[in-house]
Amino acid sequence: MNFLLEIGCEEIPDWMLAGALEYLGGAIVDLTKNLRAGEATIRTDATPRRLVVRTEGLIPRQPDSEERVWGPAKSAPAPAVAGFAKKQGVDPSQLEILSDGKAEKYSYVRKTPGRATVEILAESLPQLILKTPFPKTMLWPGKGGARFIRPIRWVVALLDNQVIPFEITGADVRSGNESSGHRKLGAYRFPVTYENYEEQLRANFVILSADERRKRIQAVPTKYKCDNDLLNTLVNLTEWPTPITGNFDPSFLDLPGEVLTTVMKVHQKYFSVEGANGKLAPQFVAVTNTDGDPDGLIRLGNERVLISRFNDARFFWDSDQKRKLSERVQDLANVTFQAKLGSYLEKTNKVVDLVKELGGDAHAERAALLCKTDLTTELVKEFTELQGIVGGLYARTQGEPEEVATAIYDHYKPVSMEDSIPRGRTAQLVAIADKLDTLRGCFGIGMIPTGSKDPFALRRAAQGVVKIIVEGKLKLTIPQMLGADTALKEFFFDRVRYYFREVLGFKYDEVNAVLKAGSDSLVDVEQRLAAVQQVRPTRDFEPLAAGFKRINNILRDAVLDHNELLDPGRLEVEPEKALYYQYLDVSKKIGSLPDYVSKLSLIASLRPHVDRFFESVLVNAPDPGIRTNRLLLLRSILNEFSTIADFSEIVTTSQENK
Amino acid sequence: MPSPNALTLQEMILRLKQYWGERGCIIQEPFDMEVGAGTMCPETFLRVLGPKPYRTAYVQPSRRPADGRYGDNPNRLYKHMQLQVILKPTPTDVIEQYMGSLEAIGIDLRKHDIKLEEDNWESPTLGAWGVGWQVMLDGLEITQFTYFQQCGGIDLDLIPAEITYGLERLTSFLQGVDSLYDIVWTPGVTYRDVRYTDELQYSVYNFEAAHVPTLWKLFEIHEGEARRLIDLYADSTEKGRYPLLAAYDHVLKCSNLFNTLDARGAISVTERVGVIARVRKLAVGVAEAWVDQQAVVAASAEVAA
Repeated sequence: MNFLLEIGCEEIPDWMLAGALEYLGGAIVDLTKNLRAGEATIRTDATPRRLVVRTEGLIPRQPDSEERVWGPAKSAPAPAVAGFAKKQGVDPSQLEILSDGKAEKYSYVRKTPGRATVEILAESLPQLILKTPFPKTMLWPGKGGARFIRPIRWVVALLDNQVIPFEITGADVRSGNESSGHRKLGAYRFPVTYENYEEQLRANFVILSADERRKRIQAVPTKYKCDNDLLNTLVNLTEWPTPITGNFDPSFLDLPGEVLTTVMKVHQKYFSVEGANGKLAPQFVAVTNTDGDPDGLIRLGNERVLISRFNDARFFWDSDQKRKLSERVQDLANVTFQAKLGSYLEKTNKVVDLVKELGGDAHAERAALLCKTDLTTELVKEFTELQGIVGGLYARTQGEPEEVATAIYDHYKPVSMEDSIPRGRTAQLVAIADKLDTLRGCFGIGMIPTGSKDPFALRRAAQGVVKIIVEGKLKLTIPQMLGADTALKEFFFDRVRYYFREVLGFKYDEVNAVLKAGSDSLVDVEQRLAAVQQVRPTRDFEPLAAGFKRINNILRDAVLDHNELLDPGRLEVEPEKALYYQYLDVSKKIGSLPDYVSKLSLIASLRPHVDRFFESVLVNAPDPGIRTNRLLLLRSILNEFSTIADFSEIVTTSQENK
Repeated sequence: MPSPNALTLQEMILRLKQYWGERGCIIQEPFDMEVGAGTMCPETFLRVLGPKPYRTAYVQPSRRPADGRYGDNPNRLYKHMQLQVILKPTPTDVIEQYMGSLEAIGIDLRKHDIKLEEDNWESPTLGAWGVGWQVMLDGLEITQFTYFQQCGGIDLDLIPAEITYGLERLTSFLQGVDSLYDIVWTPGVTYRDVRYTDELQYSVYNFEAAHVPTLWKLFEIHEGEARRLIDLYADSTEKGRYPLLAAYDHVLKCSNLFNTLDARGAISVTERVGVIARVRKLAVGVAEAWVDQQAVVAASAEVAA
């Protein structure tokens, strides 16, 4: 049997459709697990006003089920047996006497007839629907009502075109066979069947398939700059999308491209258009939820809105120039950074100090002083996503040195792991100082991110610092940056691990090995990781790592005086002497080697000696003096050669196979 | 380009009032005190509380001192007009009714693009929040649509729909004018003729002339009176006639004084959160007492019947 569920809702926020469909699809699969013949194929679709699940192959009834129930023992008195029979609703003569494996007992096979699928669905669907998880729900029509993202206004629920009857609890909405069309172009209500559902929607100006809506948007002849986030938003904001191309006065191209693009994309949800020269063209593409714009009214309206937005931007730009950024520093006293951490003026002073502390030059200090001042400008108050960028543009206009302007422009970067890092040393230092100040401040007042709660985006800030340091190859050390806050260090190192593993693709055990060896510089950590990665496939490396792990285990249980020294004279047998001389030889040469790869290769050359040692030497010698001396030899090797990476952290192939 | 057939500002207001009046709304006149938004008027803030159904529509001049631009900016005003509609409880065809109101002022929605884009609303000073949309007409935000969930910190018994039309924006769109000041108020009279002087003078006052110590003193006086009235309510023996509406007037005074002080740059970062909390405390106090008073009134009405 075919199944169709359409939850008709007032406009659902575009970014919530995917999550709702994922839940609904999964929930319907679970619900119909025992109600189908063969594999489940589920199709889920959504428009802003409907969440739809369709599936086929349901069976009309649940299979009948049988269950053997055990009663009293064979020896039980008659009343007990009669009681058991009565409870099962049968005559005592219908009971059997069987062994349950331990004893002979009265028993009965209870048969439960399968319930009709339509009944099960009718019973389960109301709660299943209302349990759809949304980030922020609303109650309607009042106390004791229902909760959903927006009010549900109709529900289509069909099983082979028979209505599955139910009511959405508290919401006064009953399931039926009537859907609803496009708000303006379609019919308010019309009946549908499983077979004609999509076709009926289309006749009422609703394109159910998101892919098809996407294609319609992409079909515009104008060559616009495709932005996938915006495209998805528009797909999820429309039921019948039709793109239109509008124009604006080329004189607005005097305004910075960043401002124009932000107005178009963020505020108006328009695609911007590129001319042949790669520069912005005085055009835009808007996506309407209509079947066209024959009179050009929609284009005209959108053009006028855009022009007034651009005029706003120009007005703000001009009036902002009346006061330079340098005159706005004190105004930051009136802009809150965080209630407990005070104003942006306080933050600015701390960032300036931090820039000095981290070795910034005069340009960096100047940029740190000015970097937040654009928060007091009209343009940023209006277009908050342009913070930093506007400051940079103004700084350039107002004659600040290029390094200062760039540092202000870039200091929020990187805003994601895909974003590039700030351009140049000055900008990198200012960006790091700003983020570190936020991290230190928030950790200082106990605002530590937990789970999904991270209102100040501290993870992103820490991740940004790591990315800038490693990609920019900055020499800043961890203690310089983080001070003594252990919680912050732990948090930071989580981001360090994440970065090296997920962004740069090192293996987790390599990252553990290098971080455990201890290094204050992330640039150094990266060089070591690269070396470990390069040397790892060589013949000797992993066996040596296994050897180091063995040494580590032996030493962990051993009692050794820290001051005791190895006595070469007491080395007894050949393999331990050979290991000792090799150890001396390696440690003498290693200092003069230029890089980690050659050092690691040299250390790996210890492998045959370590292997032979373990094959033929008994560490746990009966003579305590000899035993201690052997342990001391192993300790020396471990200490001397674990400084680049702690090899005992490397997971060797044989271990993985276990 | 200005379109000659479009409604004037006052025709549009009259049509919208007519439309909502026909749909069961009480047509109220603007509240006679300075407020930042139509939501703050007792007709919304207090009426949405409690179990009693209510429908109203009114124009509310709304003052936002920080938005003043001396009459220089074509798109920004110190005082703009909202047309506020409250439908409690929300009818199931509320969006269809709203769209009908746009048709009523001459917008043929088949020829325009209308979208409802997520926009939630929260007012920390009123202890109120709701979810809803901004309504976009050909790319222009013309209406804020909110399903209130909480007001004065109190969960609502019946969820109202609040529909707030930005009248200047909507009219400038319909009339095809680029500056709000060019809106035709009534033939031969522009928005500039009526409103420019207000914009200039209040910008001067709010940004330059307001005497900060006096405003603080006023704030404290109104806060004190509101507080006194709220505190005395609990022990009042005649709750049914207790002047909570007067207490609320003083709360609104505080709110506007706070906004003016803020525009004047007189509230430091550290003070700000605290002052908002003071106003909120008063608003919540009135809301709680109001819900109680309504229950008292309803109970005595039942006894009388």
